Parts: sequence; structure tokens; C-alpha cells
Amino acid sequence: MQEKNRGLGLFTLLVFLFLLGPLLIISVTSFEGGNILKFPPEELSLRWYENIFHVEMFLVAFKTSILVSLGGNLLALLLGVPAAYALSRVEFKGKSVINAVFVSPILVPGIVLGFAFLRYIVGTYQLPIYAALFVGHTVIMLPFIIRVISSSLSNFDFSIEEAAESLGASKLGTFFTVVLPNIKSGILAAVMIAFLESFNNVDISVYMTGPGVSTFPIQMLTYVENYFDPTISAISVLLMFITAFFMFMVERLMGLSYFTKR
Amino acid sequence: MALFTLQDISVAYNKQNILKDFNLEIEKGKLVSLLGPSGCGKTTTLRLIAGFLKANEGKFLFKDKDYTKVPVNKRNFGFVFQNYALFPHLSIFDNIAFGLRLRKNSKAEIEKKVMNVLEIVNLKGFEKRYPQELSGGQKQRVAIARALVIEPDILLFDEPLSNLDANLRVNMRVEIRRIQQELGITTVYVSHDQEECFSISDQVAIMNKGVIEQLSDPATIYKYPETKFVADFIGFKNFIDFDERTDTGGKIELSKSGYSFVLDKDARMFNHAGKIGAIRPDDLLIREKGDAGAVQENSLSGRVKVSTYLGRSYQYVVETPIGDFIVNKEMTESYRMGQEIILEIPRNQMVLVD
Repeated sequence: MQEKNRGLGLFTLLVFLFLLGPLLIISVTSFEGGNILKFPPEELSLRWYENIFHVEMFLVAFKTSILVSLGGNLLALLLGVPAAYALSRVEFKGKSVINAVFVSPILVPGIVLGFAFLRYIVGTYQLPIYAALFVGHTVIMLPFIIRVISSSLSNFDFSIEEAAESLGASKLGTFFTVVLPNIKSGILAAVMIAFLESFNNVDISVYMTGPGVSTFPIQMLTYVENYFDPTISAISVLLMFITAFFMFMVERLMGLSYFTKR
Repeated sequence: MALFTLQDISVAYNKQNILKDFNLEIEKGKLVSLLGPSGCGKTTTLRLIAGFLKANEGKFLFKDKDYTKVPVNKRNFGFVFQNYALFPHLSIFDNIAFGLRLRKNSKAEIEKKVMNVLEIVNLKGFEKRYPQELSGGQKQRVAIARALVIEPDILLFDEPLSNLDANLRVNMRVEIRRIQQELGITTVYVSHDQEECFSISDQVAIMNKGVIEQLSDPATIYKYPETKFVADFIGFKNFIDFDERTDTGGKIELSKSGYSFVLDKDARMFNHAGKIGAIRPDDLLIREKGDAGAVQENSLSGRVKVSTYLGRSYQYVVETPIGDFIVNKEMTESYRMGQEIILEIPRNQMVLVD
């Protein structure tokens, strides 16, 4: 396969341009010195990066997002770790059905899921905005937590659990002293992926947020509707960096194989 | 007196009986092997003793106390796994100290006991390493040390050597036997390797389809198998299903399709009512046709059907009027394919089994 194929090379280049071009343009426009977003920029400056930290609503929304993502993450972990463990360790009837149910939030379009939440959970139980956000984000994080931790458990040799028990450890003690330490990189990766999924989420949040409470991406939407300055480009670049950093960490922790592995 | 007893145990999985009305008694300080082909229930028996598995029926008595419902972590039995099952996140020291910490030993005690057991398994100086850095044999030594250090009442081995290469297997089984005898620890050892079991055990239980076919010391099993399955398992390749058996004085007379045979009766076979004769390929004799030394008794005329080269000997398949026999012969004695010969069954080499 050393033979060069020009047509294929050109095609690959075009695909790359198509994928990365918009990101490149956004990145360039974030350094605009003027007041209006345009490409190419007329003068270069970092003032819009600085501006992010002066816009009150971004700071508030950022805090909200962090709170919701971390809180939801904790809740999703508390539910997801035992679920992933049970799904990997125990054989029971209807296991595949339960597996499918846990993964279903990935399969259902977010916009549909969000509407369903709004109509039947928020509407029926009159949940306050924060509680609704927590519940919604927990649900969308859960499949990622379960998938990644299950993948980590699939490499786990359960006979070491029996070894621990034969040495005198209780079932619960075994879980904390033997199972958890051996899947901790998987848990860390799961937390990061779930965090990204939640932090960048628009389609669920857009239904849940209300007067005075907004998550970061929703705030970005609102901002774009009202202002035309390059702040939004600067934020986008920061978000890209945060996401890339997290994905890099996940890659280092356990490889990206869980995307392809069942 | 028995240290522990399995009493009328039944285990079923997916409505299939793995063990049925199973009984086993093991004495203190003995090494007993469970030997048999895969699926015979030997591992099930071991896991039942360990407590990993619950019996559907029956009792497990330990020192005359009912242990049937005692959970694994309260039994104080050591278990050595086929795949070692070391804790990958802990150093060798911490792996071995795991059980001691749960028993609330003091730091100084743990240090002393771990170092002591490392010496027993010849792994001094490895305490700071991690399992991934050790070879298979070293890992299994750590696993044995980890099980020994808690001073278990029973030590259980589940095919501990089957992941090791052949040379190491022989060394390790000698090690296991040495440690077991030094500490006088009651041991149950599961394997499908006959040589391994016979070489280290006080007693061997040969299992088939969830039943113990024979439980004796290795020499007795080797010489006097009681059932056809056991005989076959330990290398009696030739079987004759006799029509009639008559015990008279010091002899047993047998007949098959009009051919009659005589065996010397020996003490152990005396009570045996079996009518199936079993004999090893090494114990049959071949005589040239017309050989002056050939005896009439216990002889059949036959023809060499197949001849294969085994390195140290030849193996022949000999066709006779009462069936084919497999015979091993030294290099010095060779026979052509198709050659007519006389096959002799020595009167003291055949055993009768059920």
C-alpha cells in the first residue's frame, strides 16, 4: 500500500477542510479587534477573550453549568456504577432489555427527550428549574457512565473478587477494596465524558432553563441572538480547548476503544 | 476422624445435575486430589467447599459443625486459582497482607508473617514488586503465599499449574507437596492431569459425571482400578467384556465367545464381582507363530493390523477373534504389518472391573 493515490489524497484533504474549516474560521475571527464579527479580521486583538470575563451573564451561566454537570455527574455515578457492575457481573433474565433501556437516552433524539421531560416530569411534578436541570442531565449522563464503566469492567477478572472473599473480605468490602481501585481509570474517564456531554448539552437544557437560570451553551445562544461582537468566537475557542483537553485525558486513561467496543 | 464431610450434596445448574447425592470425607493433614475429565464436577466440588457455590441439597460439615450456610469470608479456607487472581493494584507485600489486615493483625505481626511466608515460597526480595512484573510461576507462588499466610484450615487448589509450561509444572507440584507436608495443612487439589495428581496426593478421587468412581491412594488406583472408567482413565486401553466368570480356589476362570482364560486371584480382586477384564498395552505379550516358548493358556491367534512408532517403543493394533488389542513393544521386538502372531494375556496382569 505504498503506492500514492492522488485522487484519494485530494479527497481526504477536502474532507479535512470541510470538517476543520469552520473551526479554523471561528478561531481566526475570535482575534478580531473590531466590534463586528467578520472574516478575515481587520486588526488583531485579544479584547474579546477579556470581554468574556466581564459579561455577567456568562459568569453566572458558567457557574450554573458547572454545578449542574458536577452534581448530575455525582448522581449519575451513584446510579451508574452499581448498574454497570450488575450488568457485567450478574446473569439475570431481561438483562439485554435493561441494558437497552439504560443506553436509550443516546438513541432517542435529544430534542424529543427534552420535550418529554418538560411535558411529563417538569410539568407533572412542578419541579423547580434547578431540580429539573439536575434530573435531565443525570439522565443524559447515565448511558455514558454505564457504557464506559462496563467497558472497563469487561477487562476485569472477577476471580480476584472471589480471592478477596476467600481471604475474609465481605461482598461490600470486596467492592471497595478490590473492584473500585481496579476500575478507577474507567470511572475517571466516564466522569469526564459525561461531564462534556452535559456541559455542552443544548437540546435538553433548552427546555429546562427558564427565567433567570441558564446553562452556558443556552446563554451562548441567547447572546448570539442579541449581539454581533466576536465574544462568541472567543468562547467557542475556549470550549473547544476544554473539550479537546478532556478527550485527550480520556484517551490517555483508557484509549478510545469503548466507542467501538460493546 | 474426618476434618470435613460433604454429605448427600446435590448441585444442579440449569436443571442439570452436576453433583448428585455426593459424599466425601477428608482427614486432617491429607492432600486429596479430585481428578477427572472436564465436566466431571471436580471444580464444582471445590467451589462448594470454598463456599463460592451453594448446594441445592445436602450438608457441609467442618469439624462436626454445620458449615453449609457459612459465607466464604467466614470460613478461613485458602483458595489458589488457576489464573492466580492476584490483586493487580497491590504490591506483592500488600497482596499477601490482604487477609492479615482484615484479621486486624498489628503492623509488626503482618510484616513478620508476610516475610516468613515469602521465604516459604522462595520469593524473598519480591515484596515491593507488582503482579504484572512477575512470571507465571512466581505469580502462582504469591497466590499460594497469600492463601497460606492466613493459616487456613483447608487449602484449596483449582488447577493451579495448568497455565504454566511443562518444566515449571513439575517443579511447582514438588513445591506444593513440600509446603503442604511441612505445614501439615489439609489440602484439596483439583486437576485433570493424572501424573500431577498421582505424584503429590495422599489420596486421589477419580470423578466422572458428578460421582466419585474410586477414592484410594495413588498406588492402589494405578494397580487396581475398580471401574471401567477409572481403568480407562489411567491407561488400561484394552477391555474384554467376558460372558462368564467362575471363581475357584486361587483362580478365576473367564470365557468370551468360546475362548477361556485363567487369572490368578489376588487379595484385592477377591471381592470383585466385575466381569470386564482390563489390561495395559505394556502388559500384553506377543509371540511369533510356532515359537517354542509359546503357551497354550490365555493365548489367542491374531494378526498385526496397524503398527505405529512411538519413539521408545512400537505400538501395534492386533486383530483377534474377540476384538482388537493395543500392544506396546520394545524396539528390539518388531513385527510386520499383517504378520500372524500369538497374543498372550499373562495370568497376573489383568484386572477385573465393573
